[in-house]
Amino acid sequence: MSDKKLIIAGVVIFVALIAFPFWFNMGKAAPAPELKLTEHAKTANDGKCVMPVDYMKAEHMQLLDVWRHSVVRNAERTFVNTSGKEFNMSLSNTCLDCHSNKADFCDRCHNYASVRPYCWDCHIDNPKETE
Amino acid sequence: MEDSRRRFLMLAGISAVGLTAKPVLDAFAAEQKQHPTIGLKKAKDALTAKQWGMVIDTRNFHSADDLEPIIEACHKTHNVPSIENEHHEVKWIWEEHFHNAFPGLAQKYQDERTEHAPFLALCNHCENPPCCRVCPTKATFKRESDGIVLMDFHRCIGCRFCMAACPYGSRSFNFRDPRPFIEETNKSFPTRMKGVVEKCNFCAERLAVGKLPACAEASDGAIVFGDLYDPASEVRELLRTNYTIRRKQGLGTEPAVYYIV
Ligand code: HEC
Ligand code: HEC
Ligand code: HEC
Repeated sequence: MSDKKLIIAGVVIFVALIAFPFWFNMGKAAPAPELKLTEHAKTANDGKCVMPVDYMKAEHMQLLDVWRHSVVRNAERTFVNTSGKEFNMSLSNTCLDCHSNKADFCDRCHNYASVRPYCWDCHIDNPKETE
Repeated sequence: MEDSRRRFLMLAGISAVGLTAKPVLDAFAAEQKQHPTIGLKKAKDALTAKQWGMVIDTRNFHSADDLEPIIEACHKTHNVPSIENEHHEVKWIWEEHFHNAFPGLAQKYQDERTEHAPFLALCNHCENPPCCRVCPTKATFKRESDGIVLMDFHRCIGCRFCMAACPYGSRSFNFRDPRPFIEETNKSFPTRMKGVVEKCNFCAERLAVGKLPACAEASDGAIVFGDLYDPASEVRELLRTNYTIRRKQGLGTEPAVYYIV
């Protein structure tokens, strides 16, 4: 059977092609994005976010959901965090007051994670044009 | 033989339950850890009422120029776009003729003043709002705490049932992206996007920080705002001492906006 060689070569080529994305990207995992904090963020609340940083990393979308529900539906706009500090619950006026460098902060991480929040179709993403 | 098979199955069943229950219990435990005690409350100087309402003294308005600053104050604070094409127009507060605003009340021989006077129209924040009954997502709702008929833009799917239900034409649909039509953006208030319905919110965001609605503030006293359920409020005092009318009262929607004519 002289086809045996051909078949084996075909299988090898096929496997190589199928696995292309894997070997092509080998060792090139995108590094986690480096986030920039504004000077204002570093000083406004003693260098702390509205909630502990681990919570923010994992749960900021849930927190924003609580905020908007509370503001729009319950008319309650003041947030008291676990250490008793108060914040005005506003995406543009509070989060982006500290994180006014949205492009180097929110967007950078979201691009990495391939998340595209549609909030900015309505919420103003540069309340104060600062770096 | 019989006995040991039964034992085996029993043990297997119990351990299966044990294995699957563990992650569930863990998840519950984690849930509790992830939601530490936080507080949500109103600001100290927030204005509150059981049912916000408005009395518009139309005797103060003689021409469109008198309404212009009021409309502008509202539309500027809320980033309402000014779109020329009337099919795409977006409005929160606008001018109306007497016979359009109060169709049942227009006379065959109407007096000259009301015939030519401009009337301000806006969302009536009805006590019995038909728009809220038809909304499939509860995006528009009557807020229990203060009686404002609000839009939760985060839920609006743009079906426009509310526009069909509203007898006052108080609602506008964003047929196109409003942003290019906003001359001067108020950066502390969100805009809207293509595909959602919008309308007057009785300045919920201003009441929350102790300010009266922008239109009342710009009206030089012609628009009075207050609690309709509080017999001692200024609006109730005006309603006691003046004859007032409401728009399309016969429909039973119970508008919270009254007009002195
Ligand atoms: C008072 C200023 C301030 C406000 C307001 C604020 N942040 Fe932060 N935020 C910070 C600081 C400072 C850090 C870094 C904390 C650290 O590294 O310990 C941070 C960290 C974060 C992180 C984690 C970033 C990382 O290192 O991975 C996220 C996500 C975040 N903030 C989102 C938000 C959101 C969403 C809001 C609005 C709900 C908000 N922040 C409001 C100051 C603020
Ligand atoms: C440390 C990385 C990181 C940073 C910094 C970050 N985010 Fe996120 N964000 C995420 C991830 C990851 C998700 C997606 C989570 C998911 O889908 O479960 C997300 C989701 C969201 C969502 C929900 C999106 C949706 O479509 O449901 C919102 C809103 C959001 N982020 C707002 C912000 C804002 C505002 C900031 C800046 C103040 C910010 N995020 C900064 C990682 C980050
Ligand atoms: C269709 C327009 C629209 C979109 C899209 C939208 N919002 Fe909003 N949002 C509003 C409006 C209007 C308000 C009411 C503002 C007020 O009353 O001060 C609001 C209020 C809020 C508030 C509380 C008040 C404030 O100033 O921030 C939060 C928090 C919020 N939205 C978060 C979000 C998040 C997170 C997203 C994206 C996942 C989002 N919104 C998408 C229109 C929108």
